[in-house]
Amino acid sequence: MATAIRNDADEPRGPAQALREFTDDWASDQETFRHVHWGKAMMWIFLLSDTFIFSSFLVSYMTMRTSVTAPWPNASEVFALTIGGQSIPLILIAIMTFVLISSSGTMAMAVNFGYRRRRGPTAALMVATALFGATFVSMQAFEWTKLIREGVRPWTNPFGAEQFGACFFMITGFHGLHVSVGVIMLLIVASRVLRGHFDRSGDYSAVEIAGLYWHFVDLVWVFIFAFFYLW
Amino acid sequence: MIHDATSHAHPHLAPAPAPALAPALPDHADPAGQAPPADHATHPIGVYLKIWGYLFVLSTLSYLVDFFHVQGAARWLLILTFMLLKAGLIVAIFMHMAWERMALIYAILVPPLALGTLILLMWIEADYVFWTRILFLGGGE
Repeated sequence: MATAIRNDADEPRGPAQALREFTDDWASDQETFRHVHWGKAMMWIFLLSDTFIFSSFLVSYMTMRTSVTAPWPNASEVFALTIGGQSIPLILIAIMTFVLISSSGTMAMAVNFGYRRRRGPTAALMVATALFGATFVSMQAFEWTKLIREGVRPWTNPFGAEQFGACFFMITGFHGLHVSVGVIMLLIVASRVLRGHFDRSGDYSAVEIAGLYWHFVDLVWVFIFAFFYLW
Repeated sequence: MIHDATSHAHPHLAPAPAPALAPALPDHADPAGQAPPADHATHPIGVYLKIWGYLFVLSTLSYLVDFFHVQGAARWLLILTFMLLKAGLIVAIFMHMAWERMALIYAILVPPLALGTLILLMWIEADYVFWTRILFLGGGE
C-alpha cells in the first residue's frame, strides 16, 4: 500500500468529500501497524489515552496523600467486613479482585474460541465474562453504600484525611463506569456472535477488540488495588 | 495508489499483502486469506488457564501482605513486585502483546514512560506543599 498523493487540491470539493479524505488520511495508520486489524490498532490507541486518564487520577491521589498533614485513613480497616462476628480486613476488595481476574480469564478464552470460529463457546464465555463484570459492579455498589452510610463524602470522612473520600469516589467510580460500559459492550458483541454476524463477515476481530478493552479494565484494577487499597 | 477500501474493512480477508515486504519479522499475515492469524488460534486453552492460576496466586500473595500486616520497605517492595508481575502477565498474554509486531508494541508501551516525569515532579511538589503546611500553616489545621 503506497502513500496516496493527491493532485486534486484545486478541484472544488464538498464537505462530504473533505470528510472522506480526512478519515482516509487518518485511517492510514495501518500502513504503520502492518497486518494489524484497524479496529484493534485504534482500540490500543484509545487504551493508551485511557492509561493517561487513570494515571492522572492515581498521580493526583499520590500528590494529595503525600502533601496532606492529617493521617490517611487505613484502607485495611475502612474496607474490612465483619463476617461471622470476625472482622476480616479488605475481604470484599480481595473477592472483587478475584472476580475481575476470573472475568479476564474467561474473556481470554472467548477470544481464543473466536479465532477458532467456535460460535457457541465464544458467546457463552463472553456472557460469563459479562456476568463476572456485573457481579463486580454490584459489589462495588455495596461498598459505596456501606461507606456513604458510614459518613464518607468527597469532602469529609470520619477516618482521617478529608481527601480520602474524593480520591476513593473519583478513582473507583471512574473504574466502575468502565466496567459497566464493558459489560454492555460484551453483551452486544456476544449477541452478534450468537447470531452468526461474524461468521458471515468472516472476521472475529470484534471479539478480540472487546477483549482488549476488558483486559485493560482488569489491568487498571491491578494498579488501583495496589496503590489505593494496599498502600 | 489510492487506498484500497476493502483492506481497510477486513485486513484478514484481503489477499495476503505481499509477504515479501516483511520477511525478517515474524509475520502474522494469514497465508490462506480466510484463516485467522495463526498465532491467535494455535494457543492451547491451557495457556490461559495457567495465566489465570498465576494471577490468582499473585493476588492472594498481595492480599496476604495486608493480612499479615507486613510494614515498611518490605510492604511496598512486595506490593509493587506482585502488581508489576500481574500487569505484565495481563498485557503480555491476555492482551496478546507478546505476539504483536514491534511497531505496535513500542507505540503503546513507550508513551506511558513519560508518566515517570509527571510522578517525579508531583512527588517533589507534594513534598514541598507538605512542608509548607507544616512550617507556615500550623500543620494545615
